[in-house]
Amino acid sequence: MTTQDTNRSTPQEVPVGAEDSALPVPEPPSRQRGDDRIPGDKSLSAQPSTWLAWAGIAAFLVFLLGILISVVIDSFGRAWYDDWLPTGFTPSWYGQAWARFELTHVIAVTLVVAFSVVVLSVLIGVPASYVLARHQFPFKKAVTALFLLPVIIPPITFGIPLATVIYNVGLGRTVLAVILVNLVPSVPFVIITMTPFIEQINPAIENAARMSGARMRHVFLRILGPMLVPGILAAAILVLVRTVGMFELTYLVSGPGTETLVVTIFRAMTSAGGSEPRPLVSAMAFVYTAMMLVTLIIALRFVNPTQLVARVGDTDD
Amino acid sequence: MTAQATRGRPSRGSASLRHRLADRGIDAQLLMMVPAIVFILALFVYPFAYGFGLTLQPTEETVERWGGGIFANYLRFFGDAFTFESVWLTARLAIPAALLNVLVSIPLAIKLQHRFRGKRLLSTLLVLPITLGTVLTAQGLLIFAGRQGWLNQALINLGILDTPLELVHNYIGVLLSLIISGFPFAFLLISSYLSGIDPSLDRAARSLGAGWAQRFTKITLPLLAPGLATTFILTFVLAFSVFPSATLVGDPSGSTRVLAVVAYRFFGEQFDYPMASTVAIMMGLAELIVVAIVLFARSFLYKGSTGGKG
Repeated sequence: MTTQDTNRSTPQEVPVGAEDSALPVPEPPSRQRGDDRIPGDKSLSAQPSTWLAWAGIAAFLVFLLGILISVVIDSFGRAWYDDWLPTGFTPSWYGQAWARFELTHVIAVTLVVAFSVVVLSVLIGVPASYVLARHQFPFKKAVTALFLLPVIIPPITFGIPLATVIYNVGLGRTVLAVILVNLVPSVPFVIITMTPFIEQINPAIENAARMSGARMRHVFLRILGPMLVPGILAAAILVLVRTVGMFELTYLVSGPGTETLVVTIFRAMTSAGGSEPRPLVSAMAFVYTAMMLVTLIIALRFVNPTQLVARVGDTDD
Repeated sequence: MTAQATRGRPSRGSASLRHRLADRGIDAQLLMMVPAIVFILALFVYPFAYGFGLTLQPTEETVERWGGGIFANYLRFFGDAFTFESVWLTARLAIPAALLNVLVSIPLAIKLQHRFRGKRLLSTLLVLPITLGTVLTAQGLLIFAGRQGWLNQALINLGILDTPLELVHNYIGVLLSLIISGFPFAFLLISSYLSGIDPSLDRAARSLGAGWAQRFTKITLPLLAPGLATTFILTFVLAFSVFPSATLVGDPSGSTRVLAVVAYRFFGEQFDYPMASTVAIMMGLAELIVVAIVLFARSFLYKGSTGGKG
């Protein structure tokens, strides 16, 4: 209760300060190192809480790097029992995994599914988010809530009824089914991220174009399109990463020949009658991570996902 | 479906009707919503309604054992200890994981607000788990934290332990994998909420003589609280639907028999679709109850701008 009172006593400062922070003001001098604390304050590196924070980070990084490095070493190892390192190294697990699980096909399926989902969810989602951003219409709140639901409820919850319907229709275990189920969280995701992005584009620009005689089609292709590109790319990358990593939904409807890489690895790890040799799984897991990393690096060269939020500052000036 | 689609269609007839509709916000541009509406009705609302219908059509086997006519599936869900217990098992994993991710992120985000050497590297390392994916994390945990893994070897060789720690194929394994995948997410979100708080408030309090604890509890925390609630909800949703890691690094028939695993078993192993839908829908309901409680609590918190990112 006391915290609330403190807030109410300074109601003016908050919104004013918030607006300020959105503008590209030059960095205040006090942000610089060392200048941040008053003379009596202890130095940052001396506080015990700082050490605690760094210990937490260190423990996290030990696990993270330990996991990554041990998988990589395992995927190149001959036999690894209870020593520090495997008895020998060999690249043959990759070849074996490639042949055994037809990884060329699996990766092709993964890419086809991921790119179809990205293209379809942008095509369906962006027009809808334009309407949500610019228009007031009856039941708007209900429609918005409906689009929010697939993102917040667990994939299994809508995945199982959806998979049942898909098997009933006869689409089970097809690539189309995999694409359809992955659209369910992706389209709402595009709508949720793109609506605020479109809201912060000044409507005066569209109105000016319309006043000057541009037709709806031209307004979209020539005026809005170029301005939406950064937002669309950022949303597309997030959808791409989510779809490649999506396990539950793909697992429910995919079958032999239509599995994505994650599902193939999961099946290899849990296959009945003793799972596959461990290094084989490690090799595939590493292929998955390498694929993800390459995609992210290529993607980040072209777009900055923070553009979804950070553009506010850019468009203001 | 048709009833919804016509709402977006521009009305034919006299211009005055069109004007009247346009006044209420119904015009040709609403047509752009049609694909999205059709999509969500066909792939989300209809399957959900169908699944709900299925829950009221239990298999004969279920009715025989549990009785209750069309409500047999629900009787089974609440009556069968093996099934109902997994609500508790899921909550026992998801709530501590989400709380831990949020609570640990707060001091770290505050400490790492300032510029320091290697900040870029640290942020990159924190984004890394996104590319690892659940399967590599699971595989890595099995190798690294297993009985003969580096972690146990190091701890035993250093003389800290005599017997290896049991970190995988149990509750701890799943919790670890939830932290590894959820913590970076929570940290990045909280950092962005924190950067939206005006630093001059903190400086003003400092100049008035407020100590570290006072500034944190009276300025930072109240302003950050709505963001914390959102972060908690998002990490909780991720943790609540845990499925692959519960199977791979957990003990899927014992301590980590989460709802997703139970629902999948009915679906993929016993082919009891009505019961699978029942478990799936109850799982969604249980999650939404927790989310609603957090949102309700959040509505009492400070409702102002925290920099536009709230």
